[in-house]
Amino acid sequence: MLQFLLKRLLQAMLVMSIISIACFAIQDSLGDPTRELAANSISSEERELLREELGLNDSTIIQFGRFIGRAVQGDLGNSYFFKEPAMTVILKKLPATLELSFAASILIIVISIPLGVFTAIRPRHWFSRLTMAISVIGISIPVFLTAIGLIFIFSVTLGWMPSFGRGETVEMWGYWNSNFFSGDGLLHIIMPAVALSSIMLPLFIRLVRAEMLEVLSTEYVKFARAKGLSSYKVYMKHALKNTMLPVITVGGVQIGIMVAYTILTESVFQWPGMGFMFLEAVNRSDIPLITAYIMFVGFLFVVVNTLVDLLYGVINPMVDLVGGNQ
Amino acid sequence: MPLLTIKSLCIEFPGRGKTERAANNVSFELHAGEILGLVGESGAGKSTIGNGIVQLLSAPGRVTSGDIYLNDDLISNFNAKQILKVRGSRIGFIFQDPMTSLNPLFTIENQMVETIINCLDMNQQQASQYAIELLAQVGIPDPEIRIKQFPHQFSGGMRQRVVIAIALAGKPELIIADEPTTALDVSVQDQILTLIKGLCREHNVGCLLVTHDMGVIANVADRVAVMYRGNLVEIGDTAQILGSPNHDYTKSLISAVPRSNIKTDRFPLVEYIETTEKGLDSIDVTTHWLGQGVRHTHSDDLLVIKDLNLRFITRDAMFERNRRYLQATSNVNLTVKQGETYGLVGESGSGKSTIARMVAGLQKPDSGSIQFDGLELVGNPDKVAIRNARKQIQMVFQNPYSSLNGRMKIENIIAEPILFHKIAPQGDVSQIVGDLLDHVGLGRQSGKKYPHEFSGGQRQRISIARALASRPRLLICDEPTSALDVSVQAQILNLLKDLQDELGLTMLFISHDLPVIRQMCDRVSIMRHGMILETAESEQFFEHPENAYSAELLSLMPRFDNIYESSRITKAPN
Repeated sequence: MLQFLLKRLLQAMLVMSIISIACFAIQDSLGDPTRELAANSISSEERELLREELGLNDSTIIQFGRFIGRAVQGDLGNSYFFKEPAMTVILKKLPATLELSFAASILIIVISIPLGVFTAIRPRHWFSRLTMAISVIGISIPVFLTAIGLIFIFSVTLGWMPSFGRGETVEMWGYWNSNFFSGDGLLHIIMPAVALSSIMLPLFIRLVRAEMLEVLSTEYVKFARAKGLSSYKVYMKHALKNTMLPVITVGGVQIGIMVAYTILTESVFQWPGMGFMFLEAVNRSDIPLITAYIMFVGFLFVVVNTLVDLLYGVINPMVDLVGGNQ
Repeated sequence: MPLLTIKSLCIEFPGRGKTERAANNVSFELHAGEILGLVGESGAGKSTIGNGIVQLLSAPGRVTSGDIYLNDDLISNFNAKQILKVRGSRIGFIFQDPMTSLNPLFTIENQMVETIINCLDMNQQQASQYAIELLAQVGIPDPEIRIKQFPHQFSGGMRQRVVIAIALAGKPELIIADEPTTALDVSVQDQILTLIKGLCREHNVGCLLVTHDMGVIANVADRVAVMYRGNLVEIGDTAQILGSPNHDYTKSLISAVPRSNIKTDRFPLVEYIETTEKGLDSIDVTTHWLGQGVRHTHSDDLLVIKDLNLRFITRDAMFERNRRYLQATSNVNLTVKQGETYGLVGESGSGKSTIARMVAGLQKPDSGSIQFDGLELVGNPDKVAIRNARKQIQMVFQNPYSSLNGRMKIENIIAEPILFHKIAPQGDVSQIVGDLLDHVGLGRQSGKKYPHEFSGGQRQRISIARALASRPRLLICDEPTSALDVSVQAQILNLLKDLQDELGLTMLFISHDLPVIRQMCDRVSIMRHGMILETAESEQFFEHPENAYSAELLSLMPRFDNIYESSRITKAPN
């Protein structure tokens, strides 16, 4: 177990250093941060002074060295725009994004597993055909279009749903603002969550269906039937658990991707999360914030993957991550 | 009153355009305490009948007519709910591959208890207790501990015991065993068959034993039913069917089974199922390109293997002390003479295929030496010489379904080694490929087709043609016929023998099947746990094995010759 985590930590560090190199390689082409910082109201001397102060005149190598030196101590630099540590900015925006992704994941899990199982068991049923047809459409429509469509129908035309923002949130532990504990908050999260899940959901239905079909053709499912078990038990016990193994592997990574790329949904719904923040940071050439965000997302990926592997080990007795009990 | 009565059963698989009849008017009876062998080759419909009895046919297969009675009950008319009460409780099932018939994610206890609770009136605790008793009954040591484990912690033989325990769990009247020992080693096969036989006698349970293996039938079945393409061609007492079969197909089938007690030159009468193309131009190898390969020899010993070692890591760890290894081969020494067939025999995991892979260059040994015609192959820096030697060593693999690239045409598959090694002028290649296809009995027009258009036996012919295409001197055959039906096996073995005579090939022949080894090999080495235990002249080995393990394996080999011979002798005076 310790060895596994240690290995993962090393991998994480490698991933982070590659990401940071990539970030620094592109930062010169992101525009001049001083223009955003000070607008057009200052003289070129003052601007030059500001550049000097921020260390922007040093060579990329030196800047990179300085960045790494600080990053090792946990300091990813200060955001030019917010004038506070980039990490603090990200952590402030984190709850909104995590809650949105969480709501979308719940939607995906609750809908895709039953639908996937049903379409696998009854492939010729009209409902299965309908599901498969809709899922193709779902995959092909981009997220922002779904989002705009939702706003148009439910907010503009029908006026049932709020069209932007988080609405009323409840503060917890003095830090975390949650949407899940007030009616208004819940109402606000529904449409963004639906929009965010609209791409992954059909994918998951198809994934669950394909895996289930595969498992249903195995010998042990046939043997379970030959033992005289009812169809319900064969499907829900013997087949489903085996179906979940590959679904967890692929799904975990996909959900990680979803957390990272909430950018589109957050922009359309003006959702005050990390994705929206990142888009603004790019517009403002807020290099420390961009770098910090990308590194944070990289870190998130490593964490999600590690969790997925651990979960896989718990479900599959043939995988022995903890080691020892042979 | 028979236990199981099947009356003119027809099973069909409707397909596009045509409907395939997997069972055609099959009728037979099975009595309590009796073992009825249902024998035939792949596609004969024997498994279909087993599945059809308990309505487990895979879609779109269905029973179209006929009645199936279990005692007095017409179970073929049972609906989906009623048949659940038959499965497990009245008819137990044993499947072919114990590696796949248990769910890998649940403990043995979980899988047994659910069956017991489903079939018998017991609570969780009683069921658990009964499960332990069952495991003890089928010969699993420490059942209290083993029952908490997962399937992957059991060996193949042990898993099949668990499967049998589950089949018995509902106290059934009938057991349908579908190829129960095909995936197992000889020694384990013997134990499992003895177990099934004992349990049937003890509990007065009837058993329908579906198998393609005549040796198994001869050892355990009381009566035999022979199936051929959906038809039941013959049924009768085991001794009568094996000793003096009436139907031509049964005769052909029996003649194709490699004899374990005597070496024959060729397998007679094996053209019943898969006939090769007739009237093909066979080529005269003395003048043909195929016969013009490298012939000069530096020594009589074509292949010399010395102190060959290889170990695999079975569990990797950061620290040396935590790593686990498997010694795949340890200090293997063997010498293959020019022109002979050298057999490597042993059970699964004994390291015989690993040796083949190292000789073929597919695996690097940790230490030791492999010399081909005097040239060292291990760690030799002379790449040109190595490539030249590799050209003369070719391999025929076990599984004809996965050893051919499904996206390539046959002619391209066979031409590849010729083009790669540049051993024939570009313009002659298609002529040579055609000749090769003719020679292995497929016909040159097959070159335009893709692998999926061929049966297993035909594909193995393609593999052989591909191996011959680089004009090898050493042909390594790694279980070349173990995936094939017995009549097809006989044809392929005949072909290999013919080719060897014509081309003077040297063969390294690997098999777990002792009768096949006896028919094919001049000398034999027996392997276990990566070591060679005994090397002897083939006949010497089969008549007077020196090693205790060899003797044990030979005694366990299911043989039907005994019945075959004895019934011949008893019938002779008439």
